[in-house]
Formats: sequence, structure tokens, C-alpha cells
Amino acid sequence: MGFNLKYSKFNSSSILIEWPQSIDQNILRDILKFKKSINSHYFKLKVEVINTYTSILIIYDFTIDNFNDEFLTLKELYSSLSTIQNFDSKLWEIPVCYDDSFGPDLIQYSVTKRMSKSEIIDCHTRNLYTVYFLGFLPGFLYLGGLDPKLNLARKKSPSLNVKKGSVAIGGYQTGIYPQDSPGGWHVIGNSPVELFNPKQSLPCKILHGDKIRFYQISKTDHERIIEEIDSNAFKLISIPHHA
Amino acid sequence: MLKVVKSGFYTTIQDSGRFGYRAFGVPISGSMDSYSSHYANSILGNDRDCAVLEITMSGPELHFQEPTQIAIAGADLTPKLNGKLISNNQVIDIKFNDVLSFAGLRNGLRCYLAIKGGLQSEVYLGSRSMYNTISESDTINVGEEIYYEKSPSNSIKTYSNLKYDHDLLSTKILEVENGPEYNELPQELKNKLSKLQFKVSKFNNRMAYQLEPLMSNTLETILTSPVLPGTVQLTPNGNLIILMRDCQTTGGYPRVLQLTERSLNIISQKRQGEKIFFRLTN
Repeated sequence: MGFNLKYSKFNSSSILIEWPQSIDQNILRDILKFKKSINSHYFKLKVEVINTYTSILIIYDFTIDNFNDEFLTLKELYSSLSTIQNFDSKLWEIPVCYDDSFGPDLIQYSVTKRMSKSEIIDCHTRNLYTVYFLGFLPGFLYLGGLDPKLNLARKKSPSLNVKKGSVAIGGYQTGIYPQDSPGGWHVIGNSPVELFNPKQSLPCKILHGDKIRFYQISKTDHERIIEEIDSNAFKLISIPHHA
Repeated sequence: MLKVVKSGFYTTIQDSGRFGYRAFGVPISGSMDSYSSHYANSILGNDRDCAVLEITMSGPELHFQEPTQIAIAGADLTPKLNGKLISNNQVIDIKFNDVLSFAGLRNGLRCYLAIKGGLQSEVYLGSRSMYNTISESDTINVGEEIYYEKSPSNSIKTYSNLKYDHDLLSTKILEVENGPEYNELPQELKNKLSKLQFKVSKFNNRMAYQLEPLMSNTLETILTSPVLPGTVQLTPNGNLIILMRDCQTTGGYPRVLQLTERSLNIISQKRQGEKIFFRLTN
């Protein structure tokens, strides 16, 4: 695809591939395409390929004897990628309750940003977000696409206990805390959906390359969805999405 | 069954970790000192991936309900069988009702108790390694019973002629390679990293080891990028952090150094206040 990539040894059994440092959907698309091709190239080996905004890390289950040979193989693989943009991704609709009781930082956020609560909610639910990768905590989605109007630098000192399901904004990013955890982002709401379940072999259904849209629900809806999740009656809906 | 009568300071079940789930943000986990864990398994003739107990600082009290063989490797926690001193790095026969206890830490920090055939605890996402929010519990608990296969005594030949590398517990030198952001460091800081003596701070656990003293740092944070156990991060306020086996899969601090697997095992055996040096190998 013509990005100038940097290949380097990360440790004795892993290789780092780096793209230009920018959060960009074209870079993500290129990364995911290369990742797919790496996975199929190594299908016989025990290899793990993960990506972030601008990197791929290949973790092998063995020590690499000759890094230069491996780099050459990867470079050839990259140059033979087809230019056809063909991506199957999903669009997930995520319910969020923006009630004050769920968004402990919403009032302060609204004051600091000089935006009304409804402006904030409109702005947050309008955009389509791209899942770049998962990291930080099991099931934590790194999302791109936050309206720049909502940008607010993260807290100086993190809150010690951000509740599971918290929907928050930190800098130019927004995200959902998949479990109770310390965190430095401003919590503006809560989603009742279960993002991560370690009892399933696919512990998280939402994956890199997918899209997300938030929709507002009431406190009663939030309670109802929690009950439905407990009784296995709730299903997170996704629709096919073509980038 | 292995009955837990006392749990010890921080005792967990570990194996070689969770391979293949990092794309979901799941840490690899696994034995902090993989060498000692593999060693204990090896002298029993176990597969190196068999689940063991990782015993930290102070030991548990364990009652064996079936005959088997065990081996302990790593830190010396003064292990005792039915009140009588036993040694690390040996195959020890266990009879019904035997009691294993530990009288106190003498060197290192973590020891590994391997049992013939491995602990048969529940598997979560392909591994028995305990990790908060993945496994049911993040440590073993008093009253818990952990299953293992019965193995009549002397049913295996011993493999204890394998020599244990004692240098791992005594050396202060951590061999490291350049991390992805190493070359962005000013020369002065590069020199300091390879010359200074560092101390393990009180913030040290299965996720990360922070070091003292603080460095004067001018590097900016980076776009969130992949990290691995053994990655040394440098925070904006100059904190050096060595990521350990339970570390996050990604991070936003510059990755200045990368420990070798052996260095990762060495640092895993260090306590608060112990001194280390970095030796760059590339």
C-alpha cells in the first residue's frame, strides 16, 4: 500500500512493525490487512499478532534465529498485499445511560466545557466511532472518532475506582470501562452491556476494525438491560458495516 | 486434593500463561520466574507448562490428600515436610496426609511448587494462571482444595541431575536491549541507564516493578503502543517501570529498554530495596 514501515526486534521472540505515528483510518485499514496476511502466512505456527494505532507486534512461541530473514519474509508479504479494500466489519449499537447518578463527572465536565448536558449527549451519540484495538484492560476498546468539541485533558490524578460500564472521555478519546478499575478519564455515563466474558472462547465480540455508535437510554432501561443480561435475554445487536 | 490450610502472603497458580488472547487486552500472565517454574516441573519429568504454585515472600501450609512427588525451585523459603527441613531442587515423595509448610524467606522472593502431573485447577482462556477478572480468584484461599492426579511414590525416576542456575538468585545484572524509543533518549540519559545502580521501589508486584531513583526525563508520551513483559517504560516524571508478566498489553509511555527472558526471571526474585544494574547487549 506504500506506507514506509519500520521493522525491528522487540525481544528474542517478537517483531515490531511500525507505521507513521498518527491515528488514521487508512493506517488502521492497512494494518488490519497486513495482520490478516501475517496470520494466514503463519497459520501452521503458534504466533500471536496484535495491533495498536500504528504498530503490529508479532509474538512467536519460539526464539527467532535470524531476524533479517524474518524481516525479508514480512516485507515481501507486505508488498504483495492486494490494493482492493475489502473489509467486513460490524457496527455495534451501545446503550448508554447519561443520568447524573451514572456519570459522576458529568456536571463538572459540563461546567468546564461550557456545554449543556443535552449538547454533550447529542455530541457523544452522533458520531460513529472506530475500534482501533483492545488494550489497557481485558475488553477495553480504543476508539477513534470523538468530536473534537468534547476533548478534555484527563484528570490530574486518577479516580481510584471507576465503575464497570463507565463511559468516559479522556483527551481526544472516549471509552467504556469493562470492569471496576482506577482511571483518569471523565465519566459521563454508564453502559449496562457486558463487553468481556472470560468464560467464552471469544471473550469480546467487538473487535478491531468494528464501528460503534452510542444511544441514550433511561435509568429504567439501564436496569431492565442489566436484568436481561443476568437472565441471558439481552443480545447486543450488530449490523454489517462496509468501510 | 491439595488442601490450603494457610494461604501465605501471595500464593497463586501459574503455568506458562495465556497465549493468543492479547488482542482482547488479556495479559499473558504465567510464572514470574519462568526458569525456576520450568526447573521444578522438569525434575519431576513434567511438561514445562504444567501448573505450579507461585509462592511469594511467605509460604502457605498445604495438606496433601494423595501420594505424589513434588519439587520446589526458586527462592529459599525454608520448606518443611511434616516439620522437617527439606531442600529446593529435589524430587520429594509425598504420602497421604503429609504437611508442607515454609519457615521463612532466606533468599530470593518467589518459589515454585510443582506437583507430579501438574495442578489440575480450572482453565480460563487456555491457561490456569490466576489473574483478577479472568480466573475466579486471584490467589489461593484458605480452605480451598486444588486437585491433582495421584501418583504412587517412586513411580518416576528422578531428573534431579539437571543443574539449577543459582546465579539467577544472586546476580544484580540485568541484560537488556534497546527498546523502540531508546534512540530518542539524550546521550546523558543513555549513559545513566547503563551506569547507574537502581533500587527496587516498594511498588513492585506481578504487573510492574518501579525503580529508584527518578530520572530527569524530557521524552513525551507516545501513541498507545504494544508492550511486553520486560519492557522498561519511562514516565514523564522520570519513573522507570519494568513491566512484568501481568502487565497490560499496550502502553503510552516511551519504551526505552527491553529485558531478556533471563533478566525478567532475575528481577522477579528481587525485593524492595535490592539493587540492580542494566547491561546493554546491543
